[in-house]
Amino acid sequence: IVRCSSGLTPQLKSTLDKVVTSNKVVLFMKGTKDFPQCGFSNTVVQILKSLNVPFETINILENELLRQGLKEYSSWPTFPQLYIDGEFFGGCDITVEAYQKGELQELLEKAMLS
Amino acid sequence: KCKKLQVESCLKSKLNPTHLEVVDTSGGCGASFVVEIVSEEFEGKRLLERHRMVNAALEEEMKEIHALSVKKAVTPEQWK
Repeated sequence: IVRCSSGLTPQLKSTLDKVVTSNKVVLFMKGTKDFPQCGFSNTVVQILKSLNVPFETINILENELLRQGLKEYSSWPTFPQLYIDGEFFGGCDITVEAYQKGELQELLEKAMLS
Repeated sequence: KCKKLQVESCLKSKLNPTHLEVVDTSGGCGASFVVEIVSEEFEGKRLLERHRMVNAALEEEMKEIHALSVKKAVTPEQWK
């Protein structure tokens, strides 16, 4: 039996390790922060903008390998995917709930100081 | 086949919910769902872990679902 080739190659994994650790806040999303191409991605962008934190966005629509590999890397099936301080934080629903509870602000403040 | 029923039966069998609401928000084509689920299995689990449990329960379905929104994943205690 030939299995589907995995999206997450060792090279991609080490690149992703670098990306998520060299930026405090990274959002893998559909589109860019200036032109989100999906309502869920847009929601997270707007939350991050409203909290005034610097963040990087990476457009997964431009790279199918990245898109498939990330699902495996995060063990998360959908986008957007938010990383804070090198760790996967969650998708849109989790980010919205944490924002409403004030937990996101707290975590981001901590991340900015670390 | 009704995707919504499939989603419901998967969640029921894997997470044993005391309350479950699955809403098809795609207008019937089964591409996007909003889920509200109450289960004792969420006890002691962080939000991310709870969502991961829902995703894992729907692993097969997720391949065809474009958008899954877990609006609520709470314990019976939190649901009261």
